[in-house]
Amino acid sequence: MSSLRRPALRTLAAAGAAVALLAVAGCGGSNSDAGSADGTITLTVKTFSQFGYEELYKQFEASHPNIRIKQENIAKLADYTPKLQQWLTAGSGAGDVVALEEGILVKLMAKPDQFVNLLDHDAAAVRNNFLEWKWKQALTADGRKLVGLGTDVGAQGMCYRTDLFAKAGLPTDRAQVGALWPSWDDYLATGKRFAAAGTGASFFDTAGGIYQNILMQQGDTTYFDRENNLIVDSNPGVRSAWDRTVAMIGAGLSGKLQMWGPAWNAGFKKGTFATVPCPAWMLGIIEDQAGPENAGKWDVARVPGEGAVRGGSFLAVPAQSKHPKEAADLVKFLTSPQGQIAAFKAKNNFPSSPQAIDDPAVSGAVNAYFNNAPVGTIFGQSAKLLEPVYLGPDNQVVGDAVGDALTAVEQGKLSPDEAWTKAIADARRAVDK
Amino acid sequence: MSAEAPPRPVRTSPAPAGASPASRLSRWNRFDLHGSPYVFIAPFFVLFAMFGFFPLVYTAWVSLRAWDLTGDGGFVGLGNYSRLMGDPDFWNAVLNTLGLFVLATVPQLLMALVIAALLNRPIRALLMFRLAVLAPIVTSVAAVAIVFGQLYGRDTGMVNGVLGLIGVDAIDWQASKTSSWIAVASMVNWRWTGYNALIYLAAMQAIPRDLYEAAQLDGAGAVRQFRSVTVPLIRPALVFTVVMSTIGGMQLFTEPLLFGQGDVSGGSLRQFQTVAMYMFEQSFQNFDYGYGSAIAWTIFVLTVIAGVVNALISRRLRGGTR
Repeated sequence: MSSLRRPALRTLAAAGAAVALLAVAGCGGSNSDAGSADGTITLTVKTFSQFGYEELYKQFEASHPNIRIKQENIAKLADYTPKLQQWLTAGSGAGDVVALEEGILVKLMAKPDQFVNLLDHDAAAVRNNFLEWKWKQALTADGRKLVGLGTDVGAQGMCYRTDLFAKAGLPTDRAQVGALWPSWDDYLATGKRFAAAGTGASFFDTAGGIYQNILMQQGDTTYFDRENNLIVDSNPGVRSAWDRTVAMIGAGLSGKLQMWGPAWNAGFKKGTFATVPCPAWMLGIIEDQAGPENAGKWDVARVPGEGAVRGGSFLAVPAQSKHPKEAADLVKFLTSPQGQIAAFKAKNNFPSSPQAIDDPAVSGAVNAYFNNAPVGTIFGQSAKLLEPVYLGPDNQVVGDAVGDALTAVEQGKLSPDEAWTKAIADARRAVDK
Repeated sequence: MSAEAPPRPVRTSPAPAGASPASRLSRWNRFDLHGSPYVFIAPFFVLFAMFGFFPLVYTAWVSLRAWDLTGDGGFVGLGNYSRLMGDPDFWNAVLNTLGLFVLATVPQLLMALVIAALLNRPIRALLMFRLAVLAPIVTSVAAVAIVFGQLYGRDTGMVNGVLGLIGVDAIDWQASKTSSWIAVASMVNWRWTGYNALIYLAAMQAIPRDLYEAAQLDGAGAVRQFRSVTVPLIRPALVFTVVMSTIGGMQLFTEPLLFGQGDVSGGSLRQFQTVAMYMFEQSFQNFDYGYGSAIAWTIFVLTVIAGVVNALISRRLRGGTR
């Protein structure tokens, strides 16, 4: 109950009001980017999840003898984001390079002064190293300030269990599987065939993931137009993605699992669901969760519809950095085509640089765990088909409202119409403060 | 400090004016007598001012401003509070908090009382039992999350497995208010019953034995002894645990968060979101610091009210005309 009497919970409580507001007041974080007496500079890099930069740091240190790099990684994005907020607001603690996930970047674009303008550090010269839309996501509307440079994109594939497909009498070869679902309606039809076979497994893990994929293929806006007006109820793309997802729930295809929950994690090993939409970075997670004994049971095919993106990150230099020039150089190095190729090799983070995508090291890449699937080609096609989607600063809170409503439909607590009405009402309330 | 501490020798003869070393000594002695106690207790108050009082005041100040990710948006008066009063999600969270408080605290304290009474008797392997009731407190939170995640899993959970044996359909514990409250309350009860039992036990051991002997001579049975001797005599401990549980209950955060696998909105329809979770959601997920601070202050006020009410009620309990 009370966090007052549980020392073990101090970490959680630390995120509570008192400590956090202290941080806001300017007492938070430690400033670690000090220069030492012998002229060595230490650059602190703050990341979340897995960026796969360890080898790159060594290379950079070798070519810059006066620079040492210290990475501070936080495993979960949900834990990283509030901390990042505190560092930025407090004006200290953010170090010299921070990783920004797409969702937080769109919020921070409202306040670009918290970051060093990378255009002041010759970033314009590397413009062609990035997919056009990825570059623009971190550029202010007037085109004068560049907040960050792109790292990866969450290019999409559809991962599936070959053994479950075989049991259900479906093809298992990835080209034939991809041919089963040119569109999401075909995916639904395949799902019905799968469900009719009665394998005991569900067709996909959770409706939220499917919905997000369909939504990101519905044109260049989702919940907000480019003037940041809420268009969740008037944008036909949102309703269309909703209706298709609800149809799949109605057909009993969803495993109703909570993403990242223990049952979801265990599902990869036990085969409780047959397909899961997988951004490139999820391949590593599936491999970890399913374990070596299931090698070859998971495979990856193209995603229904036309490409899509989920997530993807940027590197930025906080304005509070004491060594902005060196930090900007490091950002340029890490996000260069070579840097992105290395990160892809290390952790499957799919490059946002066209040169890297076409590099044989990426385009020819196969993943042994996934039956030697040509992941470079599958994700490369998906990434190049991408259309930039404008999200808006309040994207996440509206997305949460819609996602929760979908879960309530899955749980059978609300009818689809009630859930839609509730989602719209919650979204409006969250946005009009 | 013990009450029997010898009185400090007091210098009675004031030093003559002008004799400077003596007068300095006298001033030092006066300070030593009247000032030093304050110096001794100062560290607590300095720390409290820094980490207790200042955040409290600062949060109150932030709660009067529109303050989000883009920084301080200026003074809005009581705007955040009036928005809060009309916010159905907030009132839902208050209802959940109170519901969980009742479900978690009442059985918890009653069970603790019974356990303490049992442990206060001469039984075999007493030390082992006393240690056992403490085990949940020293269990790491992560382990608790894993264990209860297994127990209340929808598809492969142990509780559903047992219910299945007696023909009850599998329950989606997170889906409805009732089932999620029961699950969360069971986590809270499991963790904190032993702690309260230990406090009661300590209080019970301070009760003189002859009172029980006298009661026995008067023909009181075990239950009557418990009601008429034990409970009234451990009333200070009862009041303490009630107040502490109230504070804990109003700030309930970790157990429901763990139950929802870290989902701070507490279920698809906010079935088990407490006010502390709502504050966290608004402050650190939606980055609405002004609104989050207003919620934090409202929790503070609600906690004070609930604590005072409970203290008054439990003081009246059991023949209290004191």
